[in-house]
Amino acid sequence: MSLTAGVVAVQGDVEEHADAIERAARARGAEVTVHEIRESGVVPDCDLLAMPGGESTTISRLVHSEGIAPEIREHVAAGKPLLATCAGLIVASSEPNDERVDELGLLDVAVERNAFGRQKDSFEAPLSVDGLADDDPYPAVFIRAPAIDDVGGDADVLASWDDRPVAVREGPVVGTAFHPELTPDSRIHGLAFFENAAADVPALEVEKAR
Amino acid sequence: MTDTAATDLEDLRRGTDLVKRGFAQMQKGGVIMDVVNPEQARIAEDAGAVAVMALEAVPADIRKRGGVARMADPADVQEIVEEVSIPVMGKARIGHTKEAQILEAVGVDMIDESEVLTPADDAYHIDKRDFTAPFVCGARNLGEALRRIEEGAAMIRTKGEAGTGDVNQAVHHQRTIKGEIRKLEGMSHEEREAYAREIEAPAELVHETAEMGRLPVVNFAAGGIATPADAALMMHHECDGIFVGSGIFGAENPPVMGEAIVEAVNNWDDAEALAEISKNLGKGMKGDANVDLPEEEKLQGRGV
Repeated sequence: MSLTAGVVAVQGDVEEHADAIERAARARGAEVTVHEIRESGVVPDCDLLAMPGGESTTISRLVHSEGIAPEIREHVAAGKPLLATCAGLIVASSEPNDERVDELGLLDVAVERNAFGRQKDSFEAPLSVDGLADDDPYPAVFIRAPAIDDVGGDADVLASWDDRPVAVREGPVVGTAFHPELTPDSRIHGLAFFENAAADVPALEVEKAR
Repeated sequence: MTDTAATDLEDLRRGTDLVKRGFAQMQKGGVIMDVVNPEQARIAEDAGAVAVMALEAVPADIRKRGGVARMADPADVQEIVEEVSIPVMGKARIGHTKEAQILEAVGVDMIDESEVLTPADDAYHIDKRDFTAPFVCGARNLGEALRRIEEGAAMIRTKGEAGTGDVNQAVHHQRTIKGEIRKLEGMSHEEREAYAREIEAPAELVHETAEMGRLPVVNFAAGGIATPADAALMMHHECDGIFVGSGIFGAENPPVMGEAIVEAVNNWDDAEALAEISKNLGKGMKGDANVDLPEEEKLQGRGV
């Protein structure tokens, strides 16, 4: 089985996501080729996509100016999986509560940017996440992280910190306020790309049918 | 709902290496712009900067003015912090632990222990491990870079020659660092140990760098970057992102120049896109060629 993955690479921690996707795929015996997406025309070839952490104002600007935004919307409309982390979650949301971010509306959630404070308040902590392969807490890293405020009807909350949702799933899209790409634990990438019943990865379907 | 039993608020840890280096990783592929007031900070954020560096005067003006260059007035830094939603960095003098603590107290997201300001200590850098805020430090070669990482720096930038608008020293420093790493990769364990002694760097970090084939922290370019093509050149030399000092607000049209440099970093390997991006930007900063600079006016020799 050979998969094609894409990491939106206009800004942010791209290599870390590429490595995490490779680890998650390898653990499942899958081959994966990861493309860094800086321009339009690459997303349509991708079975799965990640939007990294970084600065949401910068990422939002560039995904629109480079013509990548409509392709990401089509990817999700086709039911293919997307993992959006931190800044990626803000850009993927339906309400970023900041006029400088032009949102994609892929997740029916409103977010609050920098909800846990500035960098001096950034933290790491073990987090209980629903739907992981086992019950061990996930080592979550929150960096100037957003929180999720309003969760629409079709979105499920997978994890909360201090009573605020920090991970959600809606159909093929998983969004986290923290950074699963910064630790060697690739269970969140596994959950988003390989264990999401609501997502459709044609290459994996072919494999299952064999 | 999730089972909150395993999610104990008491287990939270701040200021760890993972959290500090993670902040630097989020800046990758981005442009960090020097600003001296909230109006400039707003222009930088609107142009697509990932962060702003708040300081009293841009390096080109510090150069012209002479005298002792210090941390900016904390009230001015605070105004910038309140103006923008992107991270704000501040510069402290080399070895000036108190300036760094003041900047941390004001809420800056990263501290630049910078040779652009007048050094406060001629022998020691700040012990950066004591801070919750992450630090960036300049380096001209692998030894300097690894000594700064050992002291707790979460990001390394080339020193270049700040305030000149001449990119050649940034290129020289980045080439030196990458060249030394390539040399390490071909060495045996005991050769690396000897090399660590030669460049006065901790052996453990030398081995880690050799195994990774790159610095163990994010590596930005800084010092003399003045145009979109300069920024693209530094990305070509495998920098993770770009600091622009005087190059934006020393240019004729800062919003246009800022936006062009942001787009150039994303399109650094696409010459046709760079050609479009570089058109009609107005005059860049005037600058001073490094070759004309007398040795005593060079900032890069500070803090080795």
